[in-house]
Amino acid sequence: MRNLLFVVIVAAALAACSTTPTTEAPVEDHGTSGATAPGTGAQTGGAQGSGVNGSNLGGGAGADELRNPNSILSKRSVYFDFDSFVVKDDYKPLVEAHARYLQSHPNARMTVQGNTDERGSREYNIALGQKRADAVKRMMTLLGARDGQIETTSFGEERPKNPGHDESAWAENRRDDIVYAGE
Amino acid sequence: MIPLFRRWLAAVALSFLPLGAQVAHAQLSIEIVGGAASAIPIAIVPFDAEGTWPLAISQIVGADLSRSGMFRLVDTAGVVPRPVRAADVQYPVWRARSADAVVVGSMLPTPDGRADVRFALVDVVKQTPLVQMSFVVAPAQFRITAHKIADIIYEKLTGDRGVFSTRIAYITKQGSRYQLLVADADGYGPQSIVSSNEPLLSPRWSPDGTRLAYVSFENKKPVVYVQSLETGARRAVANFRGSNSSPAWSPDGRKIAVTLTKDGGSQVYLMNPDGSGVTRVMTSQAIDTEAFFTPDGQSLVFTSDRGGTPQIYRASLLGGQVERLTFEGSYNVSPKPLPDGKGLVFVRRDGGRFEIATLDYATHQVQVLTSGPNDESPSVAPNGKLVIYASEGGGRGILAAVSIDGRVKQRLVAPATDVREPAWGPFPRS
Repeated sequence: MRNLLFVVIVAAALAACSTTPTTEAPVEDHGTSGATAPGTGAQTGGAQGSGVNGSNLGGGAGADELRNPNSILSKRSVYFDFDSFVVKDDYKPLVEAHARYLQSHPNARMTVQGNTDERGSREYNIALGQKRADAVKRMMTLLGARDGQIETTSFGEERPKNPGHDESAWAENRRDDIVYAGE
Repeated sequence: MIPLFRRWLAAVALSFLPLGAQVAHAQLSIEIVGGAASAIPIAIVPFDAEGTWPLAISQIVGADLSRSGMFRLVDTAGVVPRPVRAADVQYPVWRARSADAVVVGSMLPTPDGRADVRFALVDVVKQTPLVQMSFVVAPAQFRITAHKIADIIYEKLTGDRGVFSTRIAYITKQGSRYQLLVADADGYGPQSIVSSNEPLLSPRWSPDGTRLAYVSFENKKPVVYVQSLETGARRAVANFRGSNSSPAWSPDGRKIAVTLTKDGGSQVYLMNPDGSGVTRVMTSQAIDTEAFFTPDGQSLVFTSDRGGTPQIYRASLLGGQVERLTFEGSYNVSPKPLPDGKGLVFVRRDGGRFEIATLDYATHQVQVLTSGPNDESPSVAPNGKLVIYASEGGGRGILAAVSIDGRVKQRLVAPATDVREPAWGPFPRS
């Protein structure tokens, strides 16, 4: 009887998880969030998180700084030239400001997410996006942030901010997004 | 011949996915848009009694051969009585219709509910049968049998091994939903392998066709997974700091090459298919990625910008030598070795257009196969004769295929769906 109840509960849980009738082979969860579950999707780029965990950001004052639209810290994106991973002079003040924030808030953590425009190999673009993220991280650690405060990753061309197919869309997609933990 | 075929059938049945309730996934439809310079005219006469079955084998055979671009179907209407065996074929009739070859056959029922499938391939010019075969199969195996017959005819008349019994993997995107699907090479019967709200890319077949490696962003970063097609069991095999991507199997299936950024920049590593035993292949200060094993398993071809721009290189796994392979233009990426070991297929950027091209190692000649403007992700059929790739059409992503000599062109489209990242599966095990 207990076995039957277990089966019913599992079946109900599975039914709740899947949003479509499925022929997918069953997904075995090895501790990662299963791909078949609806993604919660961390916001990329300039997200103004509403459920900010104050302690992660080093206190209430720190969180306000990051979200103050008058502060350079509310700007979270660094844009790049085509095929380039060099941080342009225009964005150095922004990178510097975030580096100083990390330096003065030792418990703060961030992820720098690298992106590219849609042109060319998807795999090469993952690598290029990673290089863009690492370029910003390197600059920040030189300016006083600790290595352990900054994670980097890349979405390549897979998460464009602008779905267009022209030069202005591409320019918007060649970017790093800075996302603080807890946002 | 017959006992081998039975064993092959059994092996293929085991390697297919367990079929659950079929859901109508967006089916790929394939159209020829360019044919071979000299397509072989062949008449495929409807098989005797095939109308009494749910599937007419001769129709699938005809569709396979026609879709290959190497054959032109000759009209079979009005030939009375309908020929069923090689001895029935009247050569003058078919020469008058300009057929070089004729296929005839029958699907007679057996007492136990199966079909006795017989076919004959006849050479009209030489006036002689070339192949005659018979096998008893259950209706569930009619489709596989038809593809096998098409393979036999294709090989007999072109000299090349047919790929009608193979499968393709590909990724679809509808809104924010991504799926990795596997379908027959003719687009039939797509089955969902993974479904996600985050991007999926780079599906790569294990050499024995039982597993797929791929990259998933479900963890909000690129992670390499390996999944069994038979059981559905999946495992994250490379999830190091930064990015993990571009999996590629060794020809013996024992290693996977991957691109990892865990030690700094994008570099090439080897590991076991379960993720253990990670070793670095080479060290550079550049982006090294898209590493693929050559068919002899002794080298990797890969993309690197160590020379300033993305180009293709080859690294020996035995002696550590690295050699640059592409020299024209400023962007040559996505190398995929040809099965005969004589060259590779790749993507080149030419004046802003991304095109599929081939490179011959001996002559260093580059032959451009497509015109873009945004062609990418080539994958070579296991017979080395066709290249499937991602392209654009009608405002969305489609798949396309081109023959290695550039003449035969196919488009593979799914309605209202973005299709990308094709991977041509291996020959079925036999």
